[in-house]
Amino acid sequence: MAKNEEDKLINDVTNKEYEHGFVTDIESDTFPKGLDENVIRGISAKKEEPEWMLEWRLDAFKVWQTMEEPDWAHVKYKKPNFQDISYYSAPKQKPELESLDEVDPELLDTFKRLGISLDEQKRMSGVAVAVDVVMDSVSVKTTFQDTLAKKGIIFMSISDAIKEHPEMVKKYLGTVVPVKDNFYSALNSAVFTDGSFCYIPKGVNCPMELSTYFRINEEGTGQFERTLLIADEGARVSYLEGCTAPQRDENQLHAAVVELIAMDEADIKYSTVQNWYPGDKNGLGGVFNFVTKRAVAEKNAKISWTQVETGSAVTWKYPSTILKGDGAVGEFYSIAVTNNYQQADTGTKMIHLGNNTKSTIISKGISAGHSENSYRGLVSISPNAKNARNFSQCDSLLMGNTCGAHTFPYIEARNPTSHIEHEATTSKISEDQIFYCNQRGIDTEKAVALIVNGFGKEVLNKLPMEFAVEAQKLLEISLEGSVG
Amino acid sequence: MSLEEKIISTFKQKNSKLAEVFNQAFELFEQKGFPTKKNEDWKYTSLKKLLKTDYSLVTEINNNIEAKDVEPFFIGADTYKVVLVDGFYNADLSHVDTDKITISSMQDAIENNAELVEKHFAKVADNNQEMVALNTISFNDGVFVNIPNNVILDKPIEVINIATGVLGDTLIQPRNLIVVGKNADAKLIERHQNISENTILTNSVTEISVGENAYYYHYKIQNDTEVSNLVDNTFVDQNRYSNAYVDTFAFGGNVTRNNLSFLLNGENAVANLDGISLLNKNQHVDNFTFVDHRVPNCDSNELYKGIYDDKSKGVFTGKVMIRKDAQNTKGDQQNNNILLSENAQINAKPQMEIYADDVKAAHGCTIGQLDDDALFFMRQRCIPLKEAKAMLMYAFASEALKNVKVEELKTQINKQIAQKLGVNIEFGV
Repeated sequence: MAKNEEDKLINDVTNKEYEHGFVTDIESDTFPKGLDENVIRGISAKKEEPEWMLEWRLDAFKVWQTMEEPDWAHVKYKKPNFQDISYYSAPKQKPELESLDEVDPELLDTFKRLGISLDEQKRMSGVAVAVDVVMDSVSVKTTFQDTLAKKGIIFMSISDAIKEHPEMVKKYLGTVVPVKDNFYSALNSAVFTDGSFCYIPKGVNCPMELSTYFRINEEGTGQFERTLLIADEGARVSYLEGCTAPQRDENQLHAAVVELIAMDEADIKYSTVQNWYPGDKNGLGGVFNFVTKRAVAEKNAKISWTQVETGSAVTWKYPSTILKGDGAVGEFYSIAVTNNYQQADTGTKMIHLGNNTKSTIISKGISAGHSENSYRGLVSISPNAKNARNFSQCDSLLMGNTCGAHTFPYIEARNPTSHIEHEATTSKISEDQIFYCNQRGIDTEKAVALIVNGFGKEVLNKLPMEFAVEAQKLLEISLEGSVG
Repeated sequence: MSLEEKIISTFKQKNSKLAEVFNQAFELFEQKGFPTKKNEDWKYTSLKKLLKTDYSLVTEINNNIEAKDVEPFFIGADTYKVVLVDGFYNADLSHVDTDKITISSMQDAIENNAELVEKHFAKVADNNQEMVALNTISFNDGVFVNIPNNVILDKPIEVINIATGVLGDTLIQPRNLIVVGKNADAKLIERHQNISENTILTNSVTEISVGENAYYYHYKIQNDTEVSNLVDNTFVDQNRYSNAYVDTFAFGGNVTRNNLSFLLNGENAVANLDGISLLNKNQHVDNFTFVDHRVPNCDSNELYKGIYDDKSKGVFTGKVMIRKDAQNTKGDQQNNNILLSENAQINAKPQMEIYADDVKAAHGCTIGQLDDDALFFMRQRCIPLKEAKAMLMYAFASEALKNVKVEELKTQINKQIAQKLGVNIEFGV
């Protein structure tokens, strides 16, 4: 690639603006800033929660107060002031919506702009996606609940689930990610305002993709949502998650907890397209994305995490799988793109406890601008996990010499029957590849697009159809100028 | 009094040009003390148990060691021989009959070779590391080697570190400095040997400066007794077009920690790190390697093989840093491990930190077992199980012997491997 062309491309890439940066002018009900026991009581009262839930939150708050913010990740940022965040913000709306017509038109417009048309999906059947929309961490609309209910599937906001299915929430909440797991999981446990709850009964194959769309809208707020997904024996489900936020100068905090439970023979596919506001090209603003995601796979169960990470100023996220039962399978497919001053420290943990457990890790990192992109992962084989098998591959692509790409894999093997393979490579787009494309009449820009797409193909292929298109579009936006 | 307090209380201000270095190191050690598992770099190796022993500090030279005590530990070839006893250079037992190069005690060099020592001492050794700081403030002596420009050394140098244990459980801290001039070529074999039943903790620091276009080979034979512990800190500073090789063969010892750092400061330099860890019983070996690509056009090659039996524990950290200016770097790293027992474990951390875009960097890490089919094939041909296994293990590990350029040394390593595997086979590649 000619030097000036390369510079132009890098320039284009780094100057691309965020397209979901608008603010919806919607009336909202927001708590004053600050965090103490009263705020937690307030949240709990607002949500009309039972007493046990309040106590759970208060216990978590006590634990959180004793903990220190972690600083081991390969990211640098100004620590958020936890007293300068509002912990509750909900769009004001008429209670008890009967149909979509009653949803605030501003809100519907917001989701249209985000590319999620609730009406259209309502009309389509068969290939539809059931969506739970969470704005400023309060669930505003869950679609297709009736259709799902016929199969016995429960899909609702977690606030509703606490009221309607307390026994289930009580049984599973905090079992995969314990309150004291880490600083942010403790904080989330204390102050989470909403999220999704999903239960797939025994042997049921969920007929449609389930999806949650997260949106931060209000200024000065943090978003703390909680997702709990339970797939009973032999159940199958594919779950999608997407997120965006307005463009702001401040750093907004997003600290979510996701817990997945796959019982014997169950199969959960969890896909995320993360596109929180990444900050402007000088690194001002953007969302701090500190997320704890973990799954437990029982006997012969399968958990598959797929993530496309393009947003957030700072990402700190390790979707993990505990392969507890014999024959459990864990998969992790990730593309992380960082640009400008974004920093991502992401990866996975595969904890092999059962015999004959298998895990696969495919991680692709693309760094541009002044960004830092790290893969951090753990593969742990316990002494009792006979014949465990792991394959990990972490590839990084560097665009320009002002960014960084790092890998920090941890491999701990305690069993002599295990097979572990780990590979990592780092490179840039080779001139030979570009030249080859040029020779065949493909211009440099298209060639870069082709190569980046090819680089990420292994992961993009794992996304459900509905999301693959969106993800590819996102990749294009994140690296526009270099992608077709 | 704990060892830490003992060392701090015996620290004396030194009146030399190096005083500042000593004082800084002292401040650091006083503040940080011994590394704990909370330190990410020491996550898998704990010194806690080792530090429970009440070690004596060596203060004076022990002259009671005779040539026959040392003889068995040489490789049996024509070499320049250097013997350190409890960290002190022993001129009587050392045989360096040449005037082409300078080999002397470190203390002697600080006085008589001041210029060279000041130029290199504590320049590449990272005094921010607790164990290095500890050595800097409390070492007694060590060996100083200066290979002048254009000298192609005719035979290897052997450095044997003898621990006498006459003071009971002892802390020994040699401090070595090796300066290899331009266009020079040298090989050095380093070995630590405890000749007593007492517990020994050796905390050694070796600084190596490899001049322009020079070749330098450094072989570490770690085949000490079961009560011997070693923290080895080796720092290699490479200039333009230099080639440096450091091979670490860990067969014996109790707890061994190898901190090996390569600082590539000149363009077109090539760093080579090889290692074999062959462990059983309760042995623990931690190979902590760091390759710092600071300038463009350098290569680094790293190959570590590990075989772990019984309750042994292996740790491998391979950190490769490619800085912003280090374009056109090639960094390659391989770490292959075999676990033989249910109680053995391996923790591997192959890391890359990359800030330059025009690089080719890769690492691979595997953990597996011996191939059952290959074993079956050999047993069909009447090779007993033990021997068959040993042959497979040797085949697996021997790739890391590729840079051993001293025949006698290779023979000795092959013997040590056979001995360790409990077979009577003459290995050879």
